[in-house]
Amino acid sequence: MSDTSKDSEQPAKPSRLRDPAFRALIFQILATAAVVAFFIYIVRNTLHNMELRGISTGFDFLDRASGFAILQSLVPYSEASSYGRTFIVGLLNTILVSALGIFFATLIGFLVGVLRLSKNWLVNKLAMIYIELFRNIPLLLQILFWYFAIAFNLPSPRQSLSMGDAFFLNNRGMYLPAPQFGEGFWMTGLAIVAAIVGAILLVRWSRQRFEATGQTFPTLYVSLGLLIGLPLIVFLASGAPLHWELPELKGFNFKGGLTVIPELFALTLALSIYTAAFIAETVRSGIQAVSHGQTEAASALGLSHARTLRLVVIPQAMRVIIPPLTSQYLNLTKNSSLAVAIGYPDLVAVFSGTTLNQTGQAVEIIAITMAVYLSLSLGISLFMNWYNAKMALRER
Amino acid sequence: MSQHFVPLPDLPPPGNSVGPVAWLRSNLFSGWLNTSLTVVAIYILATTLPPLINWLFISADWVGEGKEACDSGGACWVFVANRWDIFIYGFYPKDQTWRVDLIFAALFVLTAPLFFKQLPGKLYLGGFILFIYPLIAFLLMRGGVFGLEPVETAKWGGFTLTLLLAGVGCIAALPLGVLLALGRQATNMPVVKGMCVLFIEFWRGVPLITVLFMSSVMLPLFLPEGVNFDKLLRALIGITLFQSAYMAEVVRGGLQAIPKGQYEAADALGLGYWRKYGLIVLPQALKIVIPGIVNTFIALFKDTTLVIIVGLLELLGMVKASLGDPAWPDVSREGYVFAAFMFWIFCFAMSRYSQWLERKLHTGHKR
Repeated sequence: MSDTSKDSEQPAKPSRLRDPAFRALIFQILATAAVVAFFIYIVRNTLHNMELRGISTGFDFLDRASGFAILQSLVPYSEASSYGRTFIVGLLNTILVSALGIFFATLIGFLVGVLRLSKNWLVNKLAMIYIELFRNIPLLLQILFWYFAIAFNLPSPRQSLSMGDAFFLNNRGMYLPAPQFGEGFWMTGLAIVAAIVGAILLVRWSRQRFEATGQTFPTLYVSLGLLIGLPLIVFLASGAPLHWELPELKGFNFKGGLTVIPELFALTLALSIYTAAFIAETVRSGIQAVSHGQTEAASALGLSHARTLRLVVIPQAMRVIIPPLTSQYLNLTKNSSLAVAIGYPDLVAVFSGTTLNQTGQAVEIIAITMAVYLSLSLGISLFMNWYNAKMALRER
Repeated sequence: MSQHFVPLPDLPPPGNSVGPVAWLRSNLFSGWLNTSLTVVAIYILATTLPPLINWLFISADWVGEGKEACDSGGACWVFVANRWDIFIYGFYPKDQTWRVDLIFAALFVLTAPLFFKQLPGKLYLGGFILFIYPLIAFLLMRGGVFGLEPVETAKWGGFTLTLLLAGVGCIAALPLGVLLALGRQATNMPVVKGMCVLFIEFWRGVPLITVLFMSSVMLPLFLPEGVNFDKLLRALIGITLFQSAYMAEVVRGGLQAIPKGQYEAADALGLGYWRKYGLIVLPQALKIVIPGIVNTFIALFKDTTLVIIVGLLELLGMVKASLGDPAWPDVSREGYVFAAFMFWIFCFAMSRYSQWLERKLHTGHKR
């Protein structure tokens, strides 16, 4: 008797549909079902369509001979090489142009970013014009401009623009001296490695000594001396086994030396100029993000201007700069795929372009290409996250 | 015998600390480093600026008929004037271009009131521009209704197409991006969250070119037999998916910036999920991220040039195609400079607008 009266006094149990956890479960099951159904639908359509068009599936095509030539290749490649080889060639070319672009963009970007903060009115405004001009023009347009409007209109090889007798620029590309490593250069290489290891050990030792005793050590100069001096001594002692092969005008074109094809030249130029404008803004905002109190405290402690920069401003600014810098590097790597517009043989042009057109294996090729860019992106962002975590503020 | 202290009148500041001389001294020549920087800057300006101005304006040809009119050695703007219609309208029929003009004019008239502060019904106007106007504009562009002559999408091009791609891409990506951002925030639904993260990271990790390749090569394979999308729609689908991932990240930033108290207050009031987000969180979050949305819009605006890869001719594509005309040899610089100028004007204006918004919305303390 009492049982029933107690029951009627208790509030009615809410329906299970009102339970957030239950609803979340139902919703997730529905969403998963919808996605799975969508994929099954697509896969079935695709298989059916491919059957209709007589496209075979699978990755067998990677072993077949490609039969087309590629403008620039970092590994041996000929028309008899396989489609798998075209993939390697394209990938290496993408990595090459991305690495060059990242190097120059960082260089120009940091320079312009610092100049943007200069107290010199003229320099400041010039840096601003650079940034506002180049980041507001589409990258593809800049690539086409440098390639079709500038690189094409350079003088012919006979009237090349030259610097010294070593660097030449004409409408066939850029010609640089090529290093020729002689016998015994490995000793110098060994010395460079040894110097780097020595410098790292030196920095570590001096930091430990500083933390233990407070005594400073001129680490910078000593390690610079080590890095430059040791390889130089070994190089000279082993009889200077290195000479430069200069490009020479023979007939209609230059022979010898390193050749940078106009496509690579234009693409690197456009990528680095465009990305540098974004990096400059990143650098500027990073430096400005260091609060005034920090520099004031540093000068109150009596630190010189250079030491304030090195010990106070730059470490804190880098913390702000690195995450957006990472995404700029990623953007540059992805943007290097615009190479296809001027025929630089990068991954997209060679693999998703020519190879796809010849084999018709759209699904496999696009999937491989996307996987490559995804893993490149992931690789760079993992590395940068690691670096970021290392640089992050450690609060006690 | 009180004595009043009467100060002498202030002396004028020394001559070398005021006026243009002082400005020069402190801004351009305040030390050896600064002085050398100034000298380098002046050298750069002196060597590049005069030839550039000369080429662009002074010895340029502005009026004429054909290539023959360009004989003074400067830029040949006759080319641009001659091709103006194609650059702006693409291959849209000449007698129908008033439709494009009308769409642009309507957009201008509709958006202008949004910039005034006190105006009733701004929300409705914004909603109209976002959801109803695009439909009307699309019908007007395509024709086939109200007795308008139909114009197939293959004839759309030039700057019209640039604006269309960027506009549709942005408007269509916004709701999708908001949903994705909400999904990514849904910690009580790990499966949905995982799917959203995968979607976002996938589209952000691949270049737009491969997305466009995919939409033009693979999309026809995905569809059932007999269904076929035209080239423009395929590109639009690719652009929208790509853009929605970026939009989602921008919106997520806004959602994270809303203090936790707002979420808890909404829960305390007994609001359900959709009302919590629709009435409390999203209105605040979206307001914060407007500058970010404008920035992604600028990026998209520049990225529309890539559709040239799948054979759509927007402004840059039209310019590039016109450069192949044998009647106009050697005008590539003029063509690209013109296209660059058009893009620059729009992107620069938008970036200034977003900076202004950021300053307006930033109400914290600033040093």
